This record gives sequence, structure tokens and C-alpha cells, in this order.
Amino acid sequence: MSNDPILVQGGNLALRRDYADHAADALRDLRRSGDAVDFEVEHHHDVAATIQLGFWIYLMSDCLLFSGLFATYALLSSHTAGGPAGSQLFDLPNVLIETMFLLFSSFTCGLATLAMNADRRNATVGWLAVTFLLGLGFISIEVREFAHLVAIGAGPDRSAFLSSFFTLVATHGLHVTCGLIFMAVMMAAVLKKGLTPTNRARLVNLSLFWHFLDIIWVGVFSLVYLFGVAH
Amino acid sequence: MFGKLTLSAIPYTNPIIMGAVAFMVVCVLAVLGAITYLGKWKYLWTEWLTSVDHKKIGIMYLILAAIMLLRGFADAIMMRAQQALAYGSNMGYLPPGHFDQVFSAHGTIMIFFMAMPFIIGLMNCILPLQLGARDVAFPLMNNLSFWLTAAGAVLVNISLAVGNFSHAGWLGFAPLSELHYSPGVGVDYWIWALQISGIGTTLTGVNFIATILKMRAPGMTLMRMPVFVWASLCANILIVAAFPLLTVTLALLTMDRYLGMHFFTNSLGGDPMMYINLIWIWGHPEVYILMLPLFGVYSEIVPTFSGKRLFGYASMVYATMAIALLSLIVWLHHFFTMGNGADVNTFFGITTMIIAVPTGVKIFNWLLTMYRGRVRFETPMLWTIGFLITFTIGGMSGVLLAEPPADFVLHNSLFLVAHFHNVIIGGVVFGVFAGISYWAPKIFGFRLNERLGRAAFWCWFIGFYVAFMPLYALGLMGATRRMDHYDVAAWHPLFIIAAVGAVIIFAGVILQVAQVVVSIREREQTRDLTGDPWNGRTLEWSIPSPAPAYNFARIPVVRERDAFWDMKQRGVDLKSSTFVPIHMPRNKAAGFIVAGCAFVVAFAMIWHIWWLAIVGLAGVIGTLIRHAFDDDRDYHLGADEVRRVEGLHGRVQARSV
Repeated sequence: MSNDPILVQGGNLALRRDYADHAADALRDLRRSGDAVDFEVEHHHDVAATIQLGFWIYLMSDCLLFSGLFATYALLSSHTAGGPAGSQLFDLPNVLIETMFLLFSSFTCGLATLAMNADRRNATVGWLAVTFLLGLGFISIEVREFAHLVAIGAGPDRSAFLSSFFTLVATHGLHVTCGLIFMAVMMAAVLKKGLTPTNRARLVNLSLFWHFLDIIWVGVFSLVYLFGVAH
Repeated sequence: MFGKLTLSAIPYTNPIIMGAVAFMVVCVLAVLGAITYLGKWKYLWTEWLTSVDHKKIGIMYLILAAIMLLRGFADAIMMRAQQALAYGSNMGYLPPGHFDQVFSAHGTIMIFFMAMPFIIGLMNCILPLQLGARDVAFPLMNNLSFWLTAAGAVLVNISLAVGNFSHAGWLGFAPLSELHYSPGVGVDYWIWALQISGIGTTLTGVNFIATILKMRAPGMTLMRMPVFVWASLCANILIVAAFPLLTVTLALLTMDRYLGMHFFTNSLGGDPMMYINLIWIWGHPEVYILMLPLFGVYSEIVPTFSGKRLFGYASMVYATMAIALLSLIVWLHHFFTMGNGADVNTFFGITTMIIAVPTGVKIFNWLLTMYRGRVRFETPMLWTIGFLITFTIGGMSGVLLAEPPADFVLHNSLFLVAHFHNVIIGGVVFGVFAGISYWAPKIFGFRLNERLGRAAFWCWFIGFYVAFMPLYALGLMGATRRMDHYDVAAWHPLFIIAAVGAVIIFAGVILQVAQVVVSIREREQTRDLTGDPWNGRTLEWSIPSPAPAYNFARIPVVRERDAFWDMKQRGVDLKSSTFVPIHMPRNKAAGFIVAGCAFVVAFAMIWHIWWLAIVGLAGVIGTLIRHAFDDDRDYHLGADEVRRVEGLHGRVQARSV
């Protein structure tokens, strides 16, 4: 108890070097009296798990946000108000390329996680960089598609269908953009401080977020583009 | 440079608004002046505004809610006065446009900035203590949630002085809230105030679910949690399930208004009915987000003041879960008249009526807890009994409204207004007051004045019936809601009675303000030295009052429901001889700054000051990134300091063994 607790770098993930001593102490206490324990025994190892649970709950709320947009699109997709329908606008080969960018970025994001688990810092950053570039490619294809649609008079103010199309797809794109900022920050953080417990926990969250956006995109690809062309 | 914002946005010519603005400005200046005079800015900043302590954040929520209660109540008095006057040739004192803003502001404020901050404040103050935890799962995010809510509240109040507020009702129904019918900034104020505070609330939901699931004391299984924790868990699950839909709905309306899209317009394929559906898919769960935690509060108060354990704990838990689930599948009863067809209406009518079953289970559980108990009629118990009577009546009028054919007659009538005030005042507001008077010793360290509390209760209780029972009658007589004027002679006396009722409630509000002042002045006589003033049953009463910064010097081990009661039965000694350093989060300014930048974004968007919105957004992102690289987030409170604080409360024991 006399030695100062030594914090492993980084915020909530503080681990106590003298944890083992305290744990033994407290467990002895617990057995003796059974009424109270020290904080560290029960809680310190839960911190990382708590952060991850929190992030999962956030992801589920985000999923519900998308569910609202999907439902809106499903309802309004036929409300073309005399304007162009999806089948006249969507360029499937282009969207397929776009999709491949995102799917491969998920794969490389997975490789970054594997590199992290193998404690290979440079490989982690490298795979994140590849993921970043693929994500950037995805966003630029999307922006180009949007610019094209607006140029031919099929912008979001043309009809309810186009409003819901642009909003759904752009909300996903906005999420990907946030993911890219997150990724850039994480690359800088890992380069600066290495694979600290905090950075590891955040990288896990980042990869969860990235794969989640991938799943949402599968929904967008199927419901918006495939159905849109089929009808 | 300043978008649509010019000096003419300030309504100089309207004496009523300028009077209110002057009053508001004087109050704000008085508070700022007092802080400067007392030299408390640094203390306020380091100890409160940047605090990550859930207890202090909880108190800030309660203060925000109390202030907004006064603001919302002022709106209520204005409406009652207008409707008491505006009969026949008398047009009253509020022009229609102003009256519409008043009822929109009243609803928005009372739900988002009075009721929500009150319940989230109570959860903050009490939940971690009942769990035997030292904090919430994400302390800084908790601070951010509060400031986002506060930023929304400030926006609503600024709209009084700069520009105007929405006239489209508290839910901003489209297409009225579309640009075509509402070209001014009013609806934009409403959108951004709700959007910002709504995101804060979603974060709160994430925070509390993680706290409850991950940070319970050892031995506290789910079925040993206090019912307030259960009720809060259900409410927070509903927050995470419903608030994203509010975010979406508001965002789509924003797209329509700012980018000329067509989600809810009358033209180019827009569908206003979709707005009504979307907003109520959030809106109905919201009602239960407000109500469930208060059911939890009553479930804590009734056993304590009856000296018995809660009757039917398990059924209470299942009833709460059932209500939470059912609340997600009843939204359509808010618009039976929209033309959904008989089958759809029947489905939602039945699901709505089913909710009365688990609610009835709860009512009987509380009654049976009191049955043959030694009931102590102190203020918290008075509010609880007032609730039992009033809420039951409100619930029954709700079942009437759940009947689609009856609803076709009663839809948007004052019968509906009477119903939801019956359940929200009788359930939520009474519950908040019950909870505050019950937990005041734990939150502030002293009891609230009993005599003034009782007097306030009777004013509220009687005033409620005088104010709202006439509204049931008026509704059956055909009076619709939101009228600024009417010509029916038979309605006039009833509106006057309703106004008298509002005055009686106003007397209750004044008594409560007096109660707070008197309680603070006499705090030395009513200080809670034991930490357990009511002979309580749950863990928050096992620690000193007010709770020390670290809550529990040692984390309790739970062996039973009503863990503290069990400890008292077993004669457990609360004193401790050994203390260990406690890991604590550090206060941070990041939450305040992010919310401040979000406020700037919102204000800039309302007035179309695009450059400022970009600056604000950069501020939000920049602060978050800066914070990500900040490693100085926690510290250890030394064992000696813990021993010193515990010693102040007489909880240190000479080392034995």
C-alpha cells in the first residue's frame, strides 16, 4: 500500500502495478468480514469491457438511426413525382466498384487488427493507411456520383424519392468520413505513443465502427441499388 | 456576414415579450454579478462546470430543470389567463401568433427541459449510489450530456429575445413546420434546441445502460437491483431505442427546410403523414422514458415509509419490462383519425389498452406494500399517495382515449389535454417532487422544510384538480386544444375555474421556492448526520450524507435485495479501519467546450451564418481530437484523504485484529 500506484499510460485503462497485492488483501478481508471489498478487485479489469459495451450500445443506436432512414427510403422510393426513377439513374458497375472499395477496406481493417494483436505497430499503421485510402476512394466515387446526379437535374430537391436516396446514402457517407477522421487520429496516436492499452481499446472500437458501416452499406447496396435497378 | 440576423430580430415593439426579456436579463445579470462579487468564478469552473462527478452533474440537472419549470409554468399561466379572458367580443391579451408560440414553448420546455432534466438529474444523483458504484461508466461523457441539454435550453430562451419561437406545437407537425408555412426562424430554434439536447440524452442512455450492466457492487445480481435501477434501466434502453428516431425525424425536416428536399412537403412526392408516424415512434416511448423512472422512485418511497419490503418485486420488474416493450408498439394511437383503416386502428387500440394491465399490477403492488404497514405520512409519501389517486384517474381516461371510435370524438380536444396533464403532472411531476424530497438529505446533506413541503403538496394536488377537471368537461363539450379565442357561452365559466386552478398551483410553486430558501437557511438544524434519515433499505443510505466524492470508501458486498436493510439486520458495522487509495476521474473542460461549440453551430444554422457554423463544427471536432491525446485523465485519492473524509462522518475504526 505504501508504493505509489503506477499508472500504465492512458486514461481509464489505468492498471495498478500493485494490484495483485491489493487483490490478495481485499480477498482476505472479504473472506473475513464479507461486507465490503476494494474497488480495484472488482472493477479495474472491467474498464476496457465497459468501454466496449458502451460502444456497442452506441452502434445499436446508430443502427436504429439508419433503420429510420431505410424505412423512409422504402416508403418514398416510389414517390418520383414525375422525375427520374432509380432504374434510370443508377450505374451498377460503378456502384459495384464503389462497394468493392469498401469491402476490401473492411478486410484490410481486419488485417490491421490482426497486426495489433501481434504487437506489430508499423504493420498496424500500414494496414490502417491502406484502409484509409480505400475509404477515401469509396467517398470520392460517391461524391462523383452525387455531382453527376445533381448536374443532370436529379438532385435531392427534385422528388421525395431523390431526397430520401441522397439522405440515406449521404448519411452513410458522412459516417465513413467520420470513420476516416477517427482512423487518421488513430494512426497519429499509434505512431506517437505505440500500442498502449488505450490505443488498443480505441482501435477495437474503430474496427467495430468500420465493419458496422460495411454492413450498413450491404443494406444500401441491396435495397437502394439492386432493387432500384430491378424495378 | 450575419446571415438573416439583424437588429430587427429583437421584438422591441412587443411589451409582453420585452418585459419577459428584461426580467430574464436582470436575473442573469444578478446571478453573474453575485458570482463576480463573491469571487466564485474559479470555484464554479473547477468544481462544478467542468465536474465529472455524477452527483454534481445531477444537481446541475436539477437546477436547470427547476429554472425551466418556472419558465414553462409562466407560459401555462399566460395560456390560462388568455383562455379565461378571450370569450366573445374580448380577444384577450395575446394575439394568435404569440399564443401559438406560447403553447409550443410550454410543451417543448416542459418535456425536454423540465421533465427530462429532472429524471436524468435524479438518476445521476442516486443510481450509482444504489448500485454501490463510485461513478458512472463514462464520467466525462456525462458532463457533455448535461451541457448539450443546457445548450438546448439556452437556445429556447434566447428565441424569446432574438427572433421568435416555433408556433407549430411541441412536436412541430409537418407540413405546418415546413418552410412554406413557417418561413421564420421559430421552427429552426425548435429543431436545433431539440437536436442538440436529444443527442445529449442519447449519450446519457448509453452511459447509464453501461453503468447499470457493468458497475454493480459484487453480489448485486439483476434481480437484487433496487426497483429504481430497474426502472431506469428500462427507461435508458428506451432512450437508446427511441431518440435516434427523433434525430432522424428532425434531420429530415432540416433537409426540407435548408436544402429544399421533399420528405414532408405537400409537393413533389413528400408525405406529411410520414412525419406524424416518425415523430410519434419516438414520441410515445418518450412518454414512458419520463414515467418509468418515477415508477421506480415510488417503488423506493413506498417500502421505506411503510417499513416493509416491496410487495411483488419480481412482478414489478416484469411489469416495468412489459410497459417498456409495449410502449414501442402503440404510437399510432396518437392519430387514429389519420385514416389508417379499422384494422390498424384496432391493433394499436388493443396494444394501448394492454398497457393498463402491467400498470395496474404496479398500482396494486404499491397498495399492498402499504397494506398493514406502519405508513409514515411525510412529504415524499404525500406526493406518492397524490400520485396513486391522480395517476389512476389519468390512466382510466387514457383507456377511454385508446378506444378508436371514442377517439374520433375526443381527438385534439381538451379532454386529451386533461388526460395527458393528468398522467404527466400526477405521475411525472409529483414523482419528481417525491423523489427530491426523499433524496434531498442524500443529495444536499439536509432535509427540506417539512411544513412548506406539505403546504406545497396540497396546493399542487388541489390546484391540479381545479385546473384540469374542467378541461375534461370542456373536451366533452367540444372545446378543442390550442384555441386563442372562443364564442361558446357555456365554456366560459369552466375556463375561469381552470384559471383559478392554475393560480392555486402557482401558490404551490411559490411555496416550493420558499421551501428551498428556508431549507437552505435552516440547514444546520436539519442536517442529516446519520446518512440514513428515513430508515432506508437501499445502498445509498449506507454512506454519509451528502455522499463523499468517491461515494463508497469500500465497495459493499450485496447478499439480498434491499441490501442496506439486510446489512442493518445482520448488524454490519459501517465503520472501517483500513483504507486504500481510490481511483478517480479528473475534471475536464472538454464537455463544456464541445457543447459550447455545438451551441454556436446551432445558433449559426438558425440564422444562416454559414461561416460561423463551420467554425463551431471545427471547434467540436478539434476539441474531441485534442481530448483524444490528453492522457491526464485520472488520479488516485490517497488513503489518508479517504480516512480523513470518513473520519468527518465518524466512520473510522481503530485497527483491530
